[in-house]
Amino acid sequence: MGILHLTRAVYDQIRAHGERTYPNECCGVLLGHSALEGWNVEAAVAAGNTRTDSAHNRYQIAPLELVKIGREASRQGLNIAGFYHSHPDHPAQWSPTDLAEAHWLGCSYVITAVAKGQATVTNSFLLAGRTEEEKHFEQETIEVDGGQVSSDPSGPDPSGLDPN
Amino acid sequence: MTIYIPTPLRTYAAGKDAVEVDAPTIAQALEALIGAHPDLRMHLFTAEGKLRAFVNLYLNDEDIRYLPAKEATSVRAGDTLSIIPSIAGGFR
Repeated sequence: MGILHLTRAVYDQIRAHGERTYPNECCGVLLGHSALEGWNVEAAVAAGNTRTDSAHNRYQIAPLELVKIGREASRQGLNIAGFYHSHPDHPAQWSPTDLAEAHWLGCSYVITAVAKGQATVTNSFLLAGRTEEEKHFEQETIEVDGGQVSSDPSGPDPSGLDPN
Repeated sequence: MTIYIPTPLRTYAAGKDAVEVDAPTIAQALEALIGAHPDLRMHLFTAEGKLRAFVNLYLNDEDIRYLPAKEATSVRAGDTLSIIPSIAGGFR
């Protein structure tokens, strides 16, 4: 299993974003550097959800917003390492839609379950495979400032960070 | 012009995040890119030679699908072309 390294600030930021947009899905971009076993994420950039027609169960980031985030990341010497979004009142597991719409091979897709407005489990999935036809998600361990916070998709968050 | 390569495709572009090409149009710039890095072709285009549906191309801040001449649009040395795979999903 790969490891996604997040700073405490990024971990808290993406979970708070999901709570703020509840009952709609939030979305954003993770910036960082690649490491041996996964990405080291140093910053998260909140993005707008353009799926205003169905924002409670869909998200989409406008490509132009992504172009601008990518340019700024390059200026800072960072890479787009992955993306995050929330699942309001739904588990932190990838859905068939998440896989079908995922095209950034080698990047991490982080999903936070938000139950009744409170962020619960956060999971990360690496989009693995060499081609679009072979792509699949592989769950990653999330480490926050070096400590593991989530690996069991069905169990409680072992970090004790779960606000519930 | 400068072509920005997204993270997933850098492995097929010698690890570069940007590639400089000298070409008169967007289509020829893409051909120059693929000429230098042939493994990019299958990731950008279908077997029929069409740009993959999830690949967005932006000339500076413009989606090339909405430019009157699309891929035949002329480009200048200072222009940037961003290759941006789409980002979407959701639990249903």
